[in-house]
Amino acid sequence: MSDARRISSRRRPCLVPWLFISPWILGFLFFTLGPMIFSLVMSLHDWPVVGERRFVGFDNYRVMLTQDPKFWQSLGVTVKFAAIFVPLNILLSFLLAVLLNVKVRGTALFRTAFYLPSIISGVALVMIWKWIYSKDYGLLNYGLSLLGVDGPNWLGDPNWSILAIIIASLWGLGGTMLILLAGLQSIPKELYEAARISGVPAWAQTVYITIPMLSPMLLFTFITSLISAFQQLTIALLLTKGGPLNSTYFFAMYIYDNAFKFHDMGYAAAMSWVMFLIILTLSMIVLKYSAAWVHYEGEVKGGGNG
Amino acid sequence: MVRTLTYGALIFLSALFVAPFLWTLLTAVKTEAELVTWPPVFWPEDWRWANFPESWAKQPFGTYLWNSTTVVVLSTIGQVFSSSLVAFGFARFRFPGRDPIFVLLLATMMIPWDVKMIPLYMEFNLLGWINTLKPLIIPAWFGEAFFIFLLRQYIMTVPMEIDEAARMDGANAWQLYWRIHLPLMVPGLVLVGTFHFMNAWNDYLGPLIYLNDQTKYTLPLGLGLFQGRHDVDNIAIAAITVILCLPPLVLFFFVQRYIMDNALGSSVKG
Repeated sequence: MSDARRISSRRRPCLVPWLFISPWILGFLFFTLGPMIFSLVMSLHDWPVVGERRFVGFDNYRVMLTQDPKFWQSLGVTVKFAAIFVPLNILLSFLLAVLLNVKVRGTALFRTAFYLPSIISGVALVMIWKWIYSKDYGLLNYGLSLLGVDGPNWLGDPNWSILAIIIASLWGLGGTMLILLAGLQSIPKELYEAARISGVPAWAQTVYITIPMLSPMLLFTFITSLISAFQQLTIALLLTKGGPLNSTYFFAMYIYDNAFKFHDMGYAAAMSWVMFLIILTLSMIVLKYSAAWVHYEGEVKGGGNG
Repeated sequence: MVRTLTYGALIFLSALFVAPFLWTLLTAVKTEAELVTWPPVFWPEDWRWANFPESWAKQPFGTYLWNSTTVVVLSTIGQVFSSSLVAFGFARFRFPGRDPIFVLLLATMMIPWDVKMIPLYMEFNLLGWINTLKPLIIPAWFGEAFFIFLLRQYIMTVPMEIDEAARMDGANAWQLYWRIHLPLMVPGLVLVGTFHFMNAWNDYLGPLIYLNDQTKYTLPLGLGLFQGRHDVDNIAIAAITVILCLPPLVLFFFVQRYIMDNALGSSVKG
């Protein structure tokens, strides 16, 4: 009897596991791989929504790179945004996580306060900030006026609009903060005790213990922040509509406009592939050079805090 | 000393994070006149609760609410069910190609949505799904990489002996999933359900691209519509924003223990 059971249980698992993972396999084929191949094909065509489509080879890419100033301009806006947002996002999340990691009463309450904005992302977030940024009645400029500063026209001045979007985006740093806080809490306390006994000053503990031990999480949050920065669309779309003077006209917004306003699907698809390649290249570079500064505990770490 | 400084910093910073919420709530119950005075009025003279029903009546928000609810409920059920099913498949079976497929699954998290946005639109158009709620519901029934990863972690913490014992009692793979593992990963399911709920509830771009007809709109699209008008109705915007924020906030307070435990109870190294 036990033999029969063994045979049947060895034969059957051939199909059963595939049945369990089949939803994802199908979803991958129909909603990820298929569309991506399709979009690659589209990018090689002149593809209007209605009307004749025509194979044009790499023309879309050539035009984009050599004859389209708006492509470079929107790419510039996105790069500028990412270059400021990503470091700030990680730095602020790190500082908040360090503060929350100090053993004081009521940290749970503060933690909730910092996390709260990240659960209402999207339109609500934009509407909240729009009113705060208002030039004449906004809370922000009122606060600045109390300090004797004449606040700028946040959303109407091309010099300030991108900063306005960065601040509104930083409001939702709760997720990043939580990951870093989890990392901080998993650092063994003995390391700090040993350092204290040896007379290592606090700043040196941060540089030589906290940051190396936290480096895998810093790497992870760096890459995810980078990806989300390049995809920035909703906030700009609703808060500034790309203006003033295209100062917040993001790369993703140009893709969106090409596809759904100018109905040039082929060109938009080509642009989206350029974005994908940029993100992929940047992630690869970060991963490659991360070996120098990311420290994995690996085998040193036993069961401990699992 | 350190303690006092920490408290000071925490109180100051958390006030900065919470202030925009309170400001919006206070704006929602002000009068038009109070809205445009300088210096700003913080505390409304008397709270105009009528702003809420009046703003609600300015667009067919009842219809939007129904659409949003349909999308959120149906897609959340699909997401929780399919992701747990796939996670179980990856966690509890050995089969050729499992590990490379799992790496592929993790890699899909790096693909920006923008790359899929245009071909997905064409695909849904071909299927006749444009201007219906289907594009916002059906893909959720095929699982999502991050959630699958999360639930797989949960299942892997359950000792194999439990599976073996159930097998001895004659349970087949489905019963093992449905009767044994599903109840055991309820905290994980709550987490996945919550995250998906919030994504679906707040989603703006998806509905913006797939829906044309105002009778199909979801709440975020309706709120966004106020923006396009010439005379911006700030009180209505604030009131609807408050209403839109309520379900995620209420949900968060009920499940916050799960979220914090998940993030802080396990070390997500690597």
